[in-house]
Amino acid sequence: MHPSFSVIFFTTASGAGYGLLALLGVLAPLGVVPHRTLFAFVALGLALGLITAGLLSSTFHLGRPERALRAFSQWRSSWLSREGVASVATYIPAGLFAALWVFSGIVSPLLGFLAAAGAVVTVICTAMIYRSLKPIQRWHNGWVVPNYLAFALMTGVLWLGLLLQLFGAGKDGLAWVALGAIVLATVLKLGYWRFIDTSSSASTAESATGLGALGKVRLFEAPHTSENYLLKEMGFRIARKHAAKLRRIAFLLAFALPFVLSLVPLLAMGWPAALAALLAAPLATIGVLTERWLFFAEAKHAVMLYYGAARA
Amino acid sequence: MTSLPDPVGAKRLGLVIDLDICVGCHACAVNCKEWNAGGIAAPLTDLDPYGAEPTGVWFNRVHSFEVGEGASGRTVHFPRSCLHCAEPACVTVCPTGASYKRAEDGIVLVDEDLCIGCKLCSWACPYGAREFDEDVGVMKKCTLCIDRIYNETFDPADRVPACVATCPVSARHFGDLGDPGSAVSQMVAERGGYDLMPEMGYAPTNKYLPPRPRKASAGCTGALAELAPAIPARSSGLLGWIDQLLSR
Repeated sequence: MHPSFSVIFFTTASGAGYGLLALLGVLAPLGVVPHRTLFAFVALGLALGLITAGLLSSTFHLGRPERALRAFSQWRSSWLSREGVASVATYIPAGLFAALWVFSGIVSPLLGFLAAAGAVVTVICTAMIYRSLKPIQRWHNGWVVPNYLAFALMTGVLWLGLLLQLFGAGKDGLAWVALGAIVLATVLKLGYWRFIDTSSSASTAESATGLGALGKVRLFEAPHTSENYLLKEMGFRIARKHAAKLRRIAFLLAFALPFVLSLVPLLAMGWPAALAALLAAPLATIGVLTERWLFFAEAKHAVMLYYGAARA
Repeated sequence: MTSLPDPVGAKRLGLVIDLDICVGCHACAVNCKEWNAGGIAAPLTDLDPYGAEPTGVWFNRVHSFEVGEGASGRTVHFPRSCLHCAEPACVTVCPTGASYKRAEDGIVLVDEDLCIGCKLCSWACPYGAREFDEDVGVMKKCTLCIDRIYNETFDPADRVPACVATCPVSARHFGDLGDPGSAVSQMVAERGGYDLMPEMGYAPTNKYLPPRPRKASAGCTGALAELAPAIPARSSGLLGWIDQLLSR
């Protein structure tokens, strides 16, 4: 599938934003993070800023962005519409939670919990857009939703760690949560990569044409001499060696380095911990951008079986 | 509304495509383009039409496949267009209600005034039926020539999709596949018409008829039986002696 930058940026940024929002919604009422107004302003500002930037970016790939409001109407059947509704609905408790905390210093457990629940539901909806597409076997599987959730949690907790270090409120407990989230995301991503490397769609050129009874089906002549929409959108192919290299880069940036950097606060507080947190969150985010690019670039669409693809 | 119609009507208009007959001339694709460039889905934008890399929206594409190996191999021409599925995921994924399936005849259409051009419907279609019009910014697809088949200004014989009307070898047939007694349904029953990618669970309305079994020997070409092998391989007597002499 063609990796569209607006969608890759959207899922990465809003994933991190929803992860951070969910953590703030749960941890602030528990008293784990500082209740200072400035912290609330910066932390919730970052979370809602990432979410909003992502959502705006997602409209850039539309052919008719001026009609984007219509996308809220079909939540009964469409995961994309559900995502839109969930994202807007989450703004209500999140906005009230932020306003109460910033302007009157009240941390509402109810609003925090509702904002966190909205964040989780929105990330699930985003993942289900991909998970529900049968023609793309590399998306239509049980790994996709857990991966999206784990990546939102991992990037959210790393950005929260950065903020806590900036406010001089680093916590050992949070470092353990970060390490756990990184391990979880790593295991789920490696599992996903293993799954897509060792399985393929039940569909073949034989089932696509129904000609399997006559023998092996090979494309003899394509229907058109230059590229069409289908080949540009669904026919994106990435060389195996590039994919392998990008997987190593994603592994290093998203998992290995943030893991090592997240160990620092457990060993030394003060400036080494602050420096480590300042590096971990941006590195992990770049790693997730790479991973998300691969999520699209490595996905194969069944329609390519009509264009000579061996497997889909 | 992108939920599927409920209740579903009995009528299911669609196409039956005979892969035994199709000669791969692309006339169906060209006439489809010709009609629909002026029909309700117009324009079907072409970009760089006279340049090195022309690209544009077509609702019908004709692929040619080689099937089987060696002497038993054959070429099969394969027109591909919207199958107007009974379970069209392209409709249910649409966030705006632009994509819909008609209850009265099962035709799957796009309301271009509602489409936001998110392209998700084209991702949901395993058959590549939908092509995005970059210039207009909306998704386009086969309408089963809805502006021909119900067009009362046409002679009844012409009220068929453009691809069916133009096929020079009658490889394409149009009718109600929801009615077991219709000509197209009977053709499907007799010839073993089948669904493409049934494993996807989209339950396509359009059916494909498989190529007929190949004739295995010269004796099967349809010549009268007594004309079949006219000269015995070996003869005896005087004629056999002359035959051997001349065969040296």
